[in-house]
Amino acid sequence: MVVRVQTEDFDVGAEIKQLTAGRTDIGAVATFTGLVRGGTASGASIQSMTLEHYPGMTENELARVEAAAHDRFPLQASLIVHRIGELAPGDNIVLVIAASPHRRAAFEAAEFLMDYLKTKAPFWKKEAGANSEAKWVDARETDQAAQARWQAQDFD
Amino acid sequence: MTDTDQQLANADKKNFETSASAITVKLVYFAWVRERVGKGEETLSPPSEVRTIADLMVWLGARGPEYADVFEAKKDVVRAAINQNHVPPQTSLEGAREIAFFPPVTGG
Repeated sequence: MVVRVQTEDFDVGAEIKQLTAGRTDIGAVATFTGLVRGGTASGASIQSMTLEHYPGMTENELARVEAAAHDRFPLQASLIVHRIGELAPGDNIVLVIAASPHRRAAFEAAEFLMDYLKTKAPFWKKEAGANSEAKWVDARETDQAAQARWQAQDFD
Repeated sequence: MTDTDQQLANADKKNFETSASAITVKLVYFAWVRERVGKGEETLSPPSEVRTIADLMVWLGARGPEYADVFEAKKDVVRAAINQNHVPPQTSLEGAREIAFFPPVTGG
C-alpha cells in the first residue's frame, strides 16, 4: 500500500512495472488516471487548474481510503498518486492502481478508491480561464452519491 | 469536614476552574475559506462556552466581516476537521490541538 502527493507528473507504465516487479501471484491490474479537462461543464475554457491540499491530513486520508479498499477486496498491491500545484489541460491529476488475483476485484477496488478519494481526501481545485477570474470548483453531489453507493451495499 | 478534606475540595475546585478556562487551539483554513478570512492559520483561545465545532463557527462568525463571510454566510457549506480527522458540527472540541475549516473537497 503506497500513497504519494507530488507536484511532478507520473508515468502509469513505470508505476505498474514497479508495483508488480518480481511478483507472479498478481493476475489483474486495474488503473484509473484522472486528467485536467480543458473546459468547464458550462462550456468555459480553462487555462490552468491549481490544486491545494491539507498536508498531513491528505496523506492520512489517502492511507485510510487505501486500507478500506484492502479490507473490502482481495488486493495484493495498490497505489494512489495525486498531484498538487498548477496543472494545464491534458495534464495528469490522479492515478490509482489496484492489483488482485482476478479482474473483478481489481476493477471494483480502483473505482472504490476513486469514489472515496473524491469525497474524503482534502484537495481543492481552482480553475483559471483565459479572460476570467480564477474560481474554486464546487463539489458535486454525484460524487457523494457514488461514495454512498458503496456504503449502501454493505447492508445488502 | 477535616482540614485535609477542605484542602482536597479546594484543589478540586481549582482544577475545575483551570479546565473551564479558555483553550488555545491552532486554526487552519483552506481554499476559499482561507481567501475569505484572509489568512491560512492563526492561534486563538475561544471562551469556555465554545464547546463544539458549531459553537466555534458561531463565535468565529462574530469576529468581523471577513469571518462572517465564511462562518455565517457559508455555515452550511463549510466542513471541519479536528486533529486532521473529518468531523460533523456537533463534535466536541475536547482534545483539539488543530482545527481546520474548508469547503467540501474537490480532488481526484
